[in-house]
Amino acid sequence: MKRFGLPLWPRRSSSAQTAKNRLQILLAHERSGSTPDYLPQLQREILEVIRRHVTVDEEAIDIRMEQGKELSSLEINIELPRSRP
Amino acid sequence: MTSQLKKEDSVGKVIVITSGKGGVGKTTSSAAIGAGLAKRGLKTVVIDFDVGLRNLDMIMGCERRVVYDFINVIQGEAKLKQALIRDKRVDTLYVLPTSQTRDKDALTQEGVEAVLNELREEFDYIICDSPAGIERGAQLAMYFADEAVVVTNPEVSSVRDSDRVLGLLNSKTKRAAEEGAEPIKAQVLLTRYDKARIEKGEMMTVEDVLEILAVPLLGIVPESPAVLKASNVGVPVVLDEPSAASQAYEDAVSRLIGEVVEMRVDGERKPGLLRRLFGRSA
Repeated sequence: MKRFGLPLWPRRSSSAQTAKNRLQILLAHERSGSTPDYLPQLQREILEVIRRHVTVDEEAIDIRMEQGKELSSLEINIELPRSRP
Repeated sequence: MTSQLKKEDSVGKVIVITSGKGGVGKTTSSAAIGAGLAKRGLKTVVIDFDVGLRNLDMIMGCERRVVYDFINVIQGEAKLKQALIRDKRVDTLYVLPTSQTRDKDALTQEGVEAVLNELREEFDYIICDSPAGIERGAQLAMYFADEAVVVTNPEVSSVRDSDRVLGLLNSKTKRAAEEGAEPIKAQVLLTRYDKARIEKGEMMTVEDVLEILAVPLLGIVPESPAVLKASNVGVPVVLDEPSAASQAYEDAVSRLIGEVVEMRVDGERKPGLLRRLFGRSA
């Protein structure tokens, strides 16, 4: 709504701005095709490499991700057995 | 990660949130009901069945943390516990996102059953957020359900589609197919309810809708700006600031777990004197 050519209140409420930001980040990842469809394979390969050196359980690997605007982080946790073979 | 013990010893209950028609509030309701159950200390997981059009993650605010999904688990590419995303606000709440890139054929009945059986062991409630329509995704979302919440707007096409879905719940599900099994307990959740328009006779009343559908009422969620605001910021309505909508969902959740709560219909707020004098011109 405008009065005397000035916006009566800021055009966007903060939740709408949040919505836009969230969509921009998400869609940038989806459009670039960088949505991690490669992760299952990555997990298999990482496990393979590790298993050349240590015996680890297939379920001992945990992958977490946080996608951001500037950068995304991939956190890979692997539980190693107490005693090495 | 999911080591927290279930509250009850019995197996978890599977509840499908369905509607037939799109845009009536299935995902909003799935997130709100899931979060409402979890807030009560019940271990709850919400599953997105809308393969290829994933949105539950956005509504729950965990879209940037999706690594593996339901389809990865069904196809054996990831373990269930790796795909479950734990909510950062309520520690008994989990999300199982679906795949954004595959198609509906990736869902198999056997795969869905295996995942649900595993979840039943660990969770009190498993909420299945159905896709719109009555195709494969919607049918699989309802197939193994113990209970159903049929989200309905007081509007002709929504009520008609709800009736169709109620028919499917009674014929195309495991409980319908098994001899001697209790039928699925279906309840209607009326959403986007606009008291002012009902008073003007522009919108069907609760009684009108229930008379047509002939199933019990789980709750009445008023049309509320709080719903859009909550989806903007990725917070389930019941975890956001209190509103008429959050109150209505809390009541619905109480009824879902067997508490008796009086049905109330509340608008977002009582119109002030000026609004009453000059009408609802905003």
